[in-house]
Amino acid sequence: MTFDTIFQSTTARFPGVAITKGETKPDPFIAVPKDKIAEVVMYFHKELNFESICSISGADYPKTHTFEVVYHLTSYFFKTIVCIKVILPRENGVSVPTISHIFKGANWLERETYDMFGISFEGHPDHRRILCPEDWVGFPLRKDYQTPDYYAGMPVPLYFPDDDAGATEGSTH
Amino acid sequence: MNQTNPNLPGAPATENLRTDELLLNMGPQHPSTHGVLRVIVTTDGEIVRSAHPEIGYLHRCMEKHSENVDYMGVMPFVDRLDYLASMNNEMGFAIAVEKMLGLEVPRRAEYIRVIIAELQRVGSHLMAFGTYGLDLGAFTAFMYGFRDREMILDIFESISGARLLYNYMWIGGVARDITAAQVAKIKEFVTYMKPKVEEYNTLVSYNKIFIERTKDVGVMDVDLCFSYGLTGPILRGAGYKWDLRKDLPYSIYPEVEFDVPTGNGEMGTLGDCWDRHIVRMREMTQSLRIIEQLIDGIPAGPSRGKIGKVVKPPVGEHFSRTECPRGELGFYIVSDGTGKPYRIKAKSPCFLNVATLNDLSQGVMVSDLIATLGSFDIVLGEVDR
Repeated sequence: MTFDTIFQSTTARFPGVAITKGETKPDPFIAVPKDKIAEVVMYFHKELNFESICSISGADYPKTHTFEVVYHLTSYFFKTIVCIKVILPRENGVSVPTISHIFKGANWLERETYDMFGISFEGHPDHRRILCPEDWVGFPLRKDYQTPDYYAGMPVPLYFPDDDAGATEGSTH
Repeated sequence: MNQTNPNLPGAPATENLRTDELLLNMGPQHPSTHGVLRVIVTTDGEIVRSAHPEIGYLHRCMEKHSENVDYMGVMPFVDRLDYLASMNNEMGFAIAVEKMLGLEVPRRAEYIRVIIAELQRVGSHLMAFGTYGLDLGAFTAFMYGFRDREMILDIFESISGARLLYNYMWIGGVARDITAAQVAKIKEFVTYMKPKVEEYNTLVSYNKIFIERTKDVGVMDVDLCFSYGLTGPILRGAGYKWDLRKDLPYSIYPEVEFDVPTGNGEMGTLGDCWDRHIVRMREMTQSLRIIEQLIDGIPAGPSRGKIGKVVKPPVGEHFSRTECPRGELGFYIVSDGTGKPYRIKAKSPCFLNVATLNDLSQGVMVSDLIATLGSFDIVLGEVDR
């Protein structure tokens, strides 16, 4: 099953929904509006033989002022993987519906995306940080993230004075 | 028989015993968690009511760091994901970037890569075998596993100069060519190792005590694997024949012959801990078989292709998967056309393996929880990244 057939059957199944194709190379993607993502993933899972989830991640694009939530679904039947994206405005407190009721593995993957980008997942059963401590400030994988100077009274090491001259003072990230 | 009769004088007063549930912190420093994993276990006597894994103790911001270095500079970070299978990680990342660049790797480099990656798979499975034995109380297996893995590490040390984190497979090929002496050393190891796998099966896998501890424990069926997105030996242990080297082949895997071992419920239920263990043991034999086929026919030629000093993939994005010892390692790479990656997401198999723990531990004995956790063969470096 090629990407084009997948895309065509998806647009035919959801008429009137703004499902678009992204022509990135080498892997294209399908962009789905935020409120339809759970339905589309369910359609892929139940009707298109995408049995399993591979990954959920995010990406931050300050230039176009967008966040992306990127879903990769695996099909063992067709031996392929598909990339579905939800493109969101780049604001604090944006959210997408959860898909953890479709794939159990999405539970932790969505928690990680929240932890790293601050994108919330509506209806998530256990909406907490996962890799960072619970009282960590900021979302590390955003492009404008500033490393804090202190965490719980401890200095956060940004560089060590003995390092080479390449290290600069203050936040470099 | 040996229970005290409560009617006799001197019997313990049972009415004062506490019977409520007990909250138990297993880890982060605990020998059977294979690193720094904390599991919050609620127990009712010896029965586990729930087990919630807490991760993040080994989080080193690999994805954030990668955005600040060039593509070649990411390779040492990739090493440190699954530090027991560094070579496989490197191969996965190199293949992902080469696909974006549209780069062909010289045949010699492909041969060297596959031989080294399969050696690393044997080394990683030996560690899994050893530590699993340790979890279940068989200390000898641990010693044997380490003894044989040491020989692999010696080979890698002579090839790359390092024993654990190699930075050996570079984009476009491998860092150093291998010599005839090193080839002879690998051959010697393969000859030595083949009967050893059988010996370890006799010693541990078909041992009565080991079977009793692992059969019918931690059963994972195919539906659970699909729902959680589990791959690798866990999926194959559940009886589903899927191996990326066979089903979506990369590198020179289509040219070699090997079988994909799956669990078949030999000792009890399909997809129990024993099935996962035996899949790893049989994969070692297959890896040695692959090395045997390739080692004599390494073609002459360069070991690294001609690529520029700065690796600059064109604008775009790519998701690439390779078969690592613990499952499918995926890299989602977004390039903006500059020399530094815009975004790298490492999809690690162990992350999802740990997530299943609570589902598997409802109502089991505490010792079975350890057996289940050990059979995942988790590496926390990969879980936390």
